[in-house]
Amino acid sequence: MAAIFQGIGAAAALPSAKKFHSQSRRFVSARKGSLFVVRSDGRPSLVLPRGAAAKADASATSTASKPGHELLLFEALREGLEEEMDRDPLVCVMGEDVGHYGGSYKVTKGLAAKYGDLRVLDTPIAENSFTGMGIGAAMTGLRPIIEGMNMGFLLLAFNQISNNCGMLHYTSGGQFKIPVVIRGPGGVGRQLGAEHSQRLESYFQSIPGIQMVACSTPYNAKGLMKAAIRSENPVILFEHVLLYNLKERIPDDEYVLSLEEAEMVRPGEHVTILTYSRMRYHVMQAAKTLVNKGYDPEVIDIRSLKPFDLYTIGNSVKKTHRVLIVEECMRTGGIGASLTAAITENFIDYLDAPIVCLSSQDVPTPYAGTLEEWTVVQPAQIVTAVEQLCQ
Amino acid sequence: MALSTSLRSNLIKPLTALTALSSTHHLRSPFSSSADDTTVLTIETSVPFIGHRCEPPSRNVETTPKEVLGFFRDMALMRRMEIASDSLYKSKLIRGFCHLYDGQEAVAVGMEAAITRRDCIITAYRDHCIYLGRGGTLFECFSELMGRQSGCSKGKGGSMHFYKKENGFYGGHGIVGAQIPLGCGLAFAQKYSKDETVTFAMYGDGAANQGQLFEALNMAALWDLPAILVCENNHYGMGTAEWRAAKSPAYYKRGDYVPGLKVDGMDVLAVKQACRFAKEHALKNGPIILEMDTYRYHGHSMSDPGSTYRTRDEISGVRQERDAIERVRKLILSHELSTEAELKSIEKEIRGQVDDAIARAKESPMPDPSELFTNVYVKGFGIEVAGADRKEVRGVLP
Repeated sequence: MAAIFQGIGAAAALPSAKKFHSQSRRFVSARKGSLFVVRSDGRPSLVLPRGAAAKADASATSTASKPGHELLLFEALREGLEEEMDRDPLVCVMGEDVGHYGGSYKVTKGLAAKYGDLRVLDTPIAENSFTGMGIGAAMTGLRPIIEGMNMGFLLLAFNQISNNCGMLHYTSGGQFKIPVVIRGPGGVGRQLGAEHSQRLESYFQSIPGIQMVACSTPYNAKGLMKAAIRSENPVILFEHVLLYNLKERIPDDEYVLSLEEAEMVRPGEHVTILTYSRMRYHVMQAAKTLVNKGYDPEVIDIRSLKPFDLYTIGNSVKKTHRVLIVEECMRTGGIGASLTAAITENFIDYLDAPIVCLSSQDVPTPYAGTLEEWTVVQPAQIVTAVEQLCQ
Repeated sequence: MALSTSLRSNLIKPLTALTALSSTHHLRSPFSSSADDTTVLTIETSVPFIGHRCEPPSRNVETTPKEVLGFFRDMALMRRMEIASDSLYKSKLIRGFCHLYDGQEAVAVGMEAAITRRDCIITAYRDHCIYLGRGGTLFECFSELMGRQSGCSKGKGGSMHFYKKENGFYGGHGIVGAQIPLGCGLAFAQKYSKDETVTFAMYGDGAANQGQLFEALNMAALWDLPAILVCENNHYGMGTAEWRAAKSPAYYKRGDYVPGLKVDGMDVLAVKQACRFAKEHALKNGPIILEMDTYRYHGHSMSDPGSTYRTRDEISGVRQERDAIERVRKLILSHELSTEAELKSIEKEIRGQVDDAIARAKESPMPDPSELFTNVYVKGFGIEVAGADRKEVRGVLP
């Protein structure tokens, strides 16, 4: 567990990821006292503080965006976190090295100096119990954000996450809410070894009562962080070790994204490619090649891993009739496996071909660079899969 | 504590009219005009406290006749409820796991006497009596055990998941030891909000060997959280005796750098004194461990006869010599706080209350099928669930 993470994040430079702009963003100027949720299809809707009914504001026009500001993904996470901590004194952070050290990926840098040691709490290395502590605190009304230094470490807290975090609202008959956010980096990095390259979304997806989201751009990282903190339900926010240094220009105005919505990355006609987190970039790289070859893929970043946004996905399936899922989870029991089942159950009549799911190999992630490359899905494999699917 | 063996039948006052038996409310209803709240009795505990890294409190406990009579009533009610649950389980009205607390009532009652409802209690699965002590009603208890809608968790939790948030009772947890970090989290929140209240995180001698206990204790001590860890040592972790499971069964000392106190858990006044002491300590100095030396008459749960790993002689021996209710009864009679007849009539009244609650619970409805899907998530931004096509709104997630 003692790997030094700082260097790795800085060295991650994905060839296709330099400045990735989501094509569907529209900015609307924020009205006083309210926020806009920007839906993935561009329609703005009003998100009001919890307890108030939500109304779609159809009359809002999308005005030209303010210039916004450029930042890296980890800074976007920090910005979202800081805004929420300013807004609500009950929001606090706990985790290993989040305070004085600033976070192993600098997501919480500077926060301890600003908010104090109790609100940005450096915990000992005791995942099971500090996750339990966060959940216990949430039972009284606090809103802790529990950071796993690496998602893989949260396996030690599985009991707390499954039984107490996910189920207490139900087993208490609704008496307790658990508004925690459990977040941390996961996924296959650069030769971090098997134990530090885990994809926990596949293990946690069965837990009833939790929501899972995966961020992939600075824009959605900040929006999902804020939404997760404001949600009354426990939310697990999956970040990726290799995406922390992505740079993007995000709006100056405050925005909160919807936790249950998928993001339309590239509309298309021939095939629906569903992906999330880092694989989005491999897909977009493959998409360039595919476009040159004459294909028109529709790329959707599903973002919401539990529950799936079957509305957006379904509309896409009805349009293209072919589905390719590209994920980083392992073949067995991963998000792709569940998504395949969900789409088959609901949209079998609209499919012209069986769903193809590209996942990582069912092996522990090896250390050697070449082997590691072969465990995850590469853009070339995506291109091949689309070609085969579209025959 | 002076034990008077001669039971004179006192021709004091005849029983005054009892208040109407409503099984939904008070654990104590004023039963006779001898419920004196002003006389201070000082009773010595049966054994002294033993401290670890702290000065133990005095053996002399102050109480009032009203409080002592209240102890009797509360403990007798708990005892009766557990015995009734035993019969309900055997007649298959209660299913699954049922862990009964009879024998250990003094811990629940003594603790309540020392604290307020703003202090938090969290425990494991042997939670029926603690729920009752925290203000739960018999009806809610039995309804939950029988899986009815009127249960404290709407029938969805069961025996191991009793909760009462408004009275500071945080459950009710099935996994051994998992409630201890939760308890430290409650204490963390109390410190964060500067509430000047404490949390009692209860666990058993079996859970005392869990790693998460020591992890949580380390954090509680590090940040001076107002957490009081209460080990209800009934000497058996399911079927394994404490000396076969723990290298060091001195659980009050296992906190090492955290002070501890060993308490006779069958003596309700000792428990009260220890909890009061612990609360004062925790608010000033951070965590403390209380080891309550207690005993359970039933097996670990209803599936365990409780006699394969201990002798019947041992069980009846404890029942004769250390039973908590008998102690209080003798205290009452020897101090002439009440009469034998009055106490018997309290027990009869309690039996009636329990039977009444069971009858009402038996009649109450099972949860509606739609309840399967309620309370999975908290209502967010008015999420509508509409099937994959959004064509028809099938429902609104509650």
